[in-house]
Amino acid sequence: MHPAIAVRKLTKTYSQGEAGVVALRGVDLDVRAGEMVMLMGPSGSGKTTLLSIMGCILSATSGSVQLAGREVASLPQKQLPAVRLEHIGFVFQGFNLFPTLTAGENVELMLDLKGIRGAPAKKRSQELLEQVGLGEKYNGFPDDLSGGQKQRVAIARALAGDPKIILADEPTAALDSHTGRNIMQMMKDLAHQRDRAVVIVTHDPRVAEFADRTVRIEDGLVAPPREQAAVPVELLARQSENFKLAAQLESQAAGRML
Amino acid sequence: MPPLAQRNLFHDKIRLTVTLTGIVFAVVLIVVELGLFVGFTTTTSGLVDHSQADLWVTSRRVPYVELAVPFSERKLYQVRAVAGVAEAQKVISRWGQWKRADGRDESVQVLGVSPESSMEQPWNLVQGSADDLRKPDAVIMDEMYKEKLGVHHAGEIFEINGRRARVVGFTRGIRSFTTSPYVFTTFKRAQEYVNLPDDQTIFVLVKLAPGANVEQVRQGILSSVANVDVFTSRQFSHMTQFYWMFTTGAGVAVLLAALLGLVVGFVVVAQTIYATTMDHLREYGTLKAMGAPNTYVYKVIIQQAAMSAAMGYVLGMIVSAFVVHASQSGGAAILLPWPMAVGMFFLTLAMCVGAALVSISKVTSLDPAMVFKG
Repeated sequence: MHPAIAVRKLTKTYSQGEAGVVALRGVDLDVRAGEMVMLMGPSGSGKTTLLSIMGCILSATSGSVQLAGREVASLPQKQLPAVRLEHIGFVFQGFNLFPTLTAGENVELMLDLKGIRGAPAKKRSQELLEQVGLGEKYNGFPDDLSGGQKQRVAIARALAGDPKIILADEPTAALDSHTGRNIMQMMKDLAHQRDRAVVIVTHDPRVAEFADRTVRIEDGLVAPPREQAAVPVELLARQSENFKLAAQLESQAAGRML
Repeated sequence: MPPLAQRNLFHDKIRLTVTLTGIVFAVVLIVVELGLFVGFTTTTSGLVDHSQADLWVTSRRVPYVELAVPFSERKLYQVRAVAGVAEAQKVISRWGQWKRADGRDESVQVLGVSPESSMEQPWNLVQGSADDLRKPDAVIMDEMYKEKLGVHHAGEIFEINGRRARVVGFTRGIRSFTTSPYVFTTFKRAQEYVNLPDDQTIFVLVKLAPGANVEQVRQGILSSVANVDVFTSRQFSHMTQFYWMFTTGAGVAVLLAALLGLVVGFVVVAQTIYATTMDHLREYGTLKAMGAPNTYVYKVIIQQAAMSAAMGYVLGMIVSAFVVHASQSGGAAILLPWPMAVGMFFLTLAMCVGAALVSISKVTSLDPAMVFKG
């Protein structure tokens, strides 16, 4: 059976005048259905570039990207929107909700792109918001929602197309740690329940514990597996303890504010 | 489709107000200028269009109705002898000097007609009748020029080129394109007013017999009567319109002003829709990242432009209706025939959608990868 995402020898070079900037140097990566993978690494390592190419937003310089067995890296630009619409849901760091639409209408927008309109769209939109715990916020506008609520609406929107792949770029960066944990748990549940492949780009080591697998990107390459294993055991475990303590303190502070 | 276009449009009410103001300005300016153009062209050829004549016989090389020169009235009888001519009458149209009660002179255009004829009679009479022209010294003028000529009511007596003129009736809405009002009187009296010799006329108007072919009769007159030109009413009307509108440049000036209104409206709408597009660029990038084709995003922008056009058109036409109504009693009427009103809607729509093309080109080149930049 094909992996949900299969990347082979992927390279990406950005042209800058006569010189080029090599962002990816031959990446190989598989993501299985039902698996949640974190892409981690320093800024400029190529994580977002890799995510963009997997998401058919950027084109590769060379190499192969297969989504559910279908080669997409060599497709013409004008065919890529249809591929994204069919296979991929996106969750963004800044939520990227439409501020003039209600939460329900934000989800309906995705359904509209899939050709689902009217009463069926409203019904499905309501169901998705209930699934992420925001059924009562259907008529609320993004400005009236908290950061965590906005991200949950964004997740509902990403799910509206029933994609088999969810790509998330720093989904917890704008959230406090407690909310961030809730979001990550939600995304993990989504991956496991419907056999979705979830790929998350993050700087935040606190969320790595939710991953089924962590892949480290450095200088445009996937770091070797033994280096991948060392990081979670030696560093992430310690960071995880610090993260739990910080989360506890933040919760106590939030409780006092309320 | 969720109401993204409508919500984006109404989200920033100040920007919407600016957009609508630009469209209203454009609509009103274009309607006024085109309305003036239509009014002017209608006015310039009013004498010809309301003449009830099929053919106009003039001296050679007459460019428009106000610039004819006299010719022998014997040609009237030659014209009457042409096959297909049911009726032919002499008509005078010439400048005269009207003396007001206060001694001031005003230029008028004296129209001498035959009361027995059906052609070139005063129309839209609101007081008196064409038959009243048979009375001694009788003249009929339009009520809108009462103040200019110092007239208060029918029965008053004035002078035209030193000869008595008694006002016996008024028309409504007969404008002169020049500053000289029309004054209707009998042919004989007109000859005296404008010092035209007894054996001269300015025009001969022809009505065709039923079933006669206008071109055949026209050629018949040309071959039978020497040193004249013969035009159909339609031809003479267009010649007169063309002269006043384009040879003098008056029409060009009006049309240029209308074009200016269109350009201003286009620029204002283009700017505000572009600014709105830039404000929502991240959303359009998100739409593209989600998999929306470019045409989906274009639809949002065009819907905004179309809604702006519809609202601006309605508001603009309301203002225009007031302006048009107010102009009816003035010297220069602004006309708004219904085809022009309908055409204005489509022009407004085209203006706004065209202005949106600037934004569409921006969105076309938008890289959906921008949504990943925090």
